[in-house]
Amino acid sequence: MHATYGKGLRTLSIATVAATALALSLVFFYAPLDADQGFIQKIFYLHVPLATMALVGFMIGGVYGILHLRSGDARHDMRSYVAIHMSVIFGVGVLITGAIWAKASWGHWWVWDEPTLVSFLIVFLLYATYYPFRYAIEDRDRQARYASVFAVTAGAFVPLNFLAVRLAESLVHPRTFATAEGGLPGEMWLTFLVSLAAMALLWTTLFKFEMTAKNASAQLSRLRRALDRGAGSSSARIAPGVATRPD
Amino acid sequence: MPALPLDEAGKYVAGAYAVFVVLILIYVAIMAAKLQRIERELGELAGLAEKRLK
Repeated sequence: MHATYGKGLRTLSIATVAATALALSLVFFYAPLDADQGFIQKIFYLHVPLATMALVGFMIGGVYGILHLRSGDARHDMRSYVAIHMSVIFGVGVLITGAIWAKASWGHWWVWDEPTLVSFLIVFLLYATYYPFRYAIEDRDRQARYASVFAVTAGAFVPLNFLAVRLAESLVHPRTFATAEGGLPGEMWLTFLVSLAAMALLWTTLFKFEMTAKNASAQLSRLRRALDRGAGSSSARIAPGVATRPD
Repeated sequence: MPALPLDEAGKYVAGAYAVFVVLILIYVAIMAAKLQRIERELGELAGLAEKRLK
């Protein structure tokens, strides 16, 4: 693994901080209050971009899974793992912020007969099984192959699930785009798009950050193995080091 | 359900954004611990390599 994932990380981090600051300014000082929901609608600018990036991240994990299955390149498996890992973290944020919004808006932390909530929970729980599924397999190649098959299958399920929910009649969960009443006003659209861009930048930065750490870890393992070989089998071996597989 | 008054809604909005910040901070703290471990192990390996060269 010779890739240098840390390249451009600083610029990306600065762009993320700037975009997040701009998004928060727009959310609290520019976007008008929603006539129906009032101030709690501000959660929408956090919750929806988080959910969007979590779902997009799951699909990115699937794309890297395909690339890994086609090429056998372990780096694609690592990228697939990190994309899913980041999206699971974002998914936790989606579920918690969604529950807070639901409590404020509906008076309940969770509504079981709302398809959007339940379907997201199903997707989240599906991906939560990725870790035990992956680490239940000891052989590295098989682990990576099976994990990629999981990423592709589950990644294909995400847009299908999204479409199914969209087609289903929903009475209570608000729609972000194109409602029967005409959708969002311009100021809210702009704020939403900037928030989405900030969240996409955050996801990308954290993805790159995690890839950089994983790559450093893998390089360290290579160095340890090289020193082990140099030491020969008779001398004391170096203590077990950082695993090259995602941990 | 009618919109909540600002003082009550503010608590929920602050809570949601605080959860997000805490989540990111936890992630960064975990990553910092991992990077510290890498740095420590790298130091050990560098020391070992230097000993072998002597």
